[in-house]
Amino acid sequence: MLVSLVSTVVFAVLVWLFVINTPGWSRVQQSFFDPETFVAALPRVASGFLVNLRVLLFAAVGVLVFSLVLALLRTLRGAIFFPVRALVAGYTDLFRGLPLIIVLYLVGFGIPGLRLTEERIPFETLGTIALVLTYSAYVSEVWRAGIEAVHPSQVLAARSLGLSHGKTLRLVVLPQAVRKVTPALMNDFVAMQKDVGLISVLGAIDAVRAAQIETSKFANFTPYVLAGLLFVLLAIPTIRLADWYSAKLRAREQIGPLQ
Amino acid sequence: MSAPENALVLRLENIHKAFNGVEVLKGIDLDVHSHEVVALIGASGSGKSTLLRTINQLERVDDGQVWLDGADISAPETKVDEVRARIGTVFQQFNLFPHLTVLDNVTLASRHVLGITKAVADARGLELLDRIGLASQARSYPERLSGGQQQRVAIVRAIATSPALLLLDEITSALDPELVGEVLDLVRQLKADGTTIVMATHEMAFARDVADQVVFLDAGVIAESGPPEQLFTAPRTERARAFLSRFTG
Repeated sequence: MLVSLVSTVVFAVLVWLFVINTPGWSRVQQSFFDPETFVAALPRVASGFLVNLRVLLFAAVGVLVFSLVLALLRTLRGAIFFPVRALVAGYTDLFRGLPLIIVLYLVGFGIPGLRLTEERIPFETLGTIALVLTYSAYVSEVWRAGIEAVHPSQVLAARSLGLSHGKTLRLVVLPQAVRKVTPALMNDFVAMQKDVGLISVLGAIDAVRAAQIETSKFANFTPYVLAGLLFVLLAIPTIRLADWYSAKLRAREQIGPLQ
Repeated sequence: MSAPENALVLRLENIHKAFNGVEVLKGIDLDVHSHEVVALIGASGSGKSTLLRTINQLERVDDGQVWLDGADISAPETKVDEVRARIGTVFQQFNLFPHLTVLDNVTLASRHVLGITKAVADARGLELLDRIGLASQARSYPERLSGGQQQRVAIVRAIATSPALLLLDEITSALDPELVGEVLDLVRQLKADGTTIVMATHEMAFARDVADQVVFLDAGVIAESGPPEQLFTAPRTERARAFLSRFTG
């Protein structure tokens, strides 16, 4: 414990000394870590970050629901459902392959072009739709893996008790699948937390966009560092929670194997 | 179980079932009366498990009829979920639900198939668990129980809805030898209560002890059937004699 503490401090000091002794350090410090700019940019970047949080919240709920629907459609058996399965498979292939930024452009500038509504659709909404489309493709595969990892004998036992297909899924398969995939879902959630910053390409005034505006106002890059800091602070609790939950699951599995 | 003694509970008529062109059941006829225990014996692959699955409609028959309490449940328009609620099934591997407590395993069908309230289902579940001496484990998860305890919970789960018929599919085959006894004792109790049972089994001594009728399946047909004292001591067919000689040595 003491050794690791001392070694960490020594290592940190060495890195610190190296960085501040680089020839360009004073200029970098001025343009990236300027306290005055930090304070001045804070209100605008923070209020932009609230936009990110709002988009994240709606997108997370949207992804959870839409991805689960996709996964359930894909587990339908029988020849009659082949078109549905093929469609879902095609969807997940397409949206896992497309870069998010391209989906953002296509949705952000394509959907308004359809002129479905009289009023302008907010960029926040369009950004949320793009995030849901892309992330649902990934997350539905996570769900599918979880559903398939539940042993078929569990379904057999449930059906033998007289539970319908739907009740078997809801009461027996999904609760077990959720346990298996929660760490993977949390990991995707962490990835999405930072990808919400990409909605700035549509013109929404989020933290990244606000930082960009402040940067040009002060001719100083500190606002970007500020925005980055906010994203990291948001991610850390989720990362810790995911780690804690994975460890708990591992511990539980070591007590006794699941049947 | 409410049916009077000797009433016909299950009738199988000319059951045929094939998988990928291979015929596993080749015309099975069988009558099971109320309070009766029927033991299905035969080598692995003789069709015992498949026959049990055609009874609770986990496998649909290719030809023939399955009658339960006078209704043809193999007809295409049958609501299989309702039928399965009236047939209890216990598997070789227990198949308890690991994410539910012992009590929730037992009450799941009562609550979500029969629509009985949680309070009533829980009371009945606890009563059943008490009968097998596991009421103290009601809030535990199945993984905390021994194999024999798990299988006894699985049996209680199967009878919690008071089914007309109980199917037991080699329920002691996955158990350590020292745990077999407690499970078989429970089956004896159920017989004493008047439960109608069809069981596939490798436990010949047990079949001889509790069965009213023993059915010897061989290559998808009933090669011989009769009361245990006759079938075990004086089998009429050569095939039954050859099969049984492997157990008596």
